[in-house]
Amino acid sequence: MAVLQSVEQPVEERQATSSVPRGSKIGNISALIVLIILAIIWIVPILWAIDTSLKPEGETTAIPISWFASHFTLAAFVSTLATSSLPIWYVNSFLTSAIISVVTVALASMAAFSFSRIPFRGRNVLFWIILAGIMIPGQILIVPLFTQMQALGLVDTYWSIILPQIASPIAVFIFKQYFDGIPYELEEAATMDGASLFRVYWQIWMPLARPAIAAVAIFAFVISWNNFLLPFIMISGNNTMTVPVGLATVQTSFGIRYAQIMASAILGGIPVLVVFLFFQRQIVQGFAATGLKG
Amino acid sequence: MMSDISLRASGAETAPQAQTQIKRRRTTLIGIGFILPFLIVYAAFLIWPVILGLRMSFFNWTISGAGATNFLGLANYQELLGDGAFWQSLGVTLLFTVISTPLLVIIALALALLVNRAIPAQGLFRTIFFAPFVMPVSVVALIWGWLYQPGFGLINGILTGLGLKEVGWLSDPGVALLSVVILTVWWTVGFNFLLYLAGMQQIPPELNEAASLDGAGAWARIRWVTIPLLSRTTSLILILQVIASLQVFNQAYLLMNAGDGPNFSTRSVVQYIYEEGFTGYRVGYASAMSYILFIIILLVSLGQFALLARQRRNA
Repeated sequence: MAVLQSVEQPVEERQATSSVPRGSKIGNISALIVLIILAIIWIVPILWAIDTSLKPEGETTAIPISWFASHFTLAAFVSTLATSSLPIWYVNSFLTSAIISVVTVALASMAAFSFSRIPFRGRNVLFWIILAGIMIPGQILIVPLFTQMQALGLVDTYWSIILPQIASPIAVFIFKQYFDGIPYELEEAATMDGASLFRVYWQIWMPLARPAIAAVAIFAFVISWNNFLLPFIMISGNNTMTVPVGLATVQTSFGIRYAQIMASAILGGIPVLVVFLFFQRQIVQGFAATGLKG
Repeated sequence: MMSDISLRASGAETAPQAQTQIKRRRTTLIGIGFILPFLIVYAAFLIWPVILGLRMSFFNWTISGAGATNFLGLANYQELLGDGAFWQSLGVTLLFTVISTPLLVIIALALALLVNRAIPAQGLFRTIFFAPFVMPVSVVALIWGWLYQPGFGLINGILTGLGLKEVGWLSDPGVALLSVVILTVWWTVGFNFLLYLAGMQQIPPELNEAASLDGAGAWARIRWVTIPLLSRTTSLILILQVIASLQVFNQAYLLMNAGDGPNFSTRSVVQYIYEEGFTGYRVGYASAMSYILFIIILLVSLGQFALLARQRRNA
């Protein structure tokens, strides 16, 4: 509040040059100070986790607490990688997320191409039926999904994780928005046969849609990498677990070895953080699309 | 390839003129053909579970499949109405939603207003506030479970260092849910923040310039220009947030070490569904509960959508 009230400044002092900025210099400086404090609060949990993971196991629970230790060591990381199944969980998470990502793009882009470019009867109704899927809250489906996978004999397999995650209404929506935004129309769509339309989709529209493909692929990858509840109920075998499910077991298996617990948390968080830092723009676009135009 | 079709610069749809019935039918077949792969998976693994869940809720269905033919009618639903644990978990869910939603909206708005100014390192701030959102929930729960420890936990360590009393973040029945809320704000506020930031960037700068030429101070511009123009973004954030908060489970379950929290103070509806279905093996009963939650979420979001639609008409 103090910040907001302190920025009442004469008009002349405003910076009118940049497109984003508004407000006075004093206001901007106050905002910056508040932001720095908040950013520190936001980062401290992660720094503390890193700090703990680098301490010798015996010193993590020292009172009073300290950021320092007699020495720093990578021992917790070494023993985590050696004693837990984290490497296997990485492989499981990577394989399932990669498959989900590729198939999501394929299914959604084809559907969106049709909705956007093929003028067939009933497409609006069908599109709304698919969009309505966004309204179905995922958490409430866990019980019937499990029963279904049990009936199909797929419990504790990759399939039980992959199948429920590849038909994404949001992905269809993102692709359709993108295709609709390309100001060209397939004049002869109505007269073409299926095979040549598929070529048009594959050889013209998909290359044009690269930004949308990147956004959906990376978005789907991160979402499925982070999905907890679905693999948690489907997977029971240690060797089929994904990273989030496996990590949920380390608290009990490592007991109170906090350096090791924090090391496993950091190792579990690093892949998505790296992906995020590299593909920030696409991920942000994907997430923003889930809310912006709905 | 380009010769196969002719691309034409036109936004409008060309209505198929004078098409024969056969042509139209073929177009429909091809159009649906492209959608079919999606539609099959969508129907099998999104729509079918919704139907199956409804069916299961009328049977004395157990996780082994026994009782799948033992029709109960509405008995599961009747039992729910008299189940104190269900009402208790519903209370936890609603309390979580009521506390977390305003925080997650207001803090997101405040962060976005602060970042959307002429300040250095804008991108860095955006990254910092959004980054926790991309971390798996297990990682977040492990880190916060450690921060919340008594004695040697960072937060209590700071409190005692300042001469304050320790808080039983994970053990005090009056505090545990608040601990889940704090974790959730840290973890997910970046998403709402991002939506607000995107919304703000669509506001034409001239509007703010005009307002300040009219003598409006910064606070007045936020109050009378920025916030009203963000009302659609706010509505959407509210809808998404309420839907997400009503489904709270993962972070609470993991933070409480696969438990219900002190005195069941963090056991949400989804957690009770999970417990009844997967540790009590009563999947029929759990399905009935899922449906009640589904209907609550549906009603709340339809109500919010109706509000949103009215807003759009007025805009």
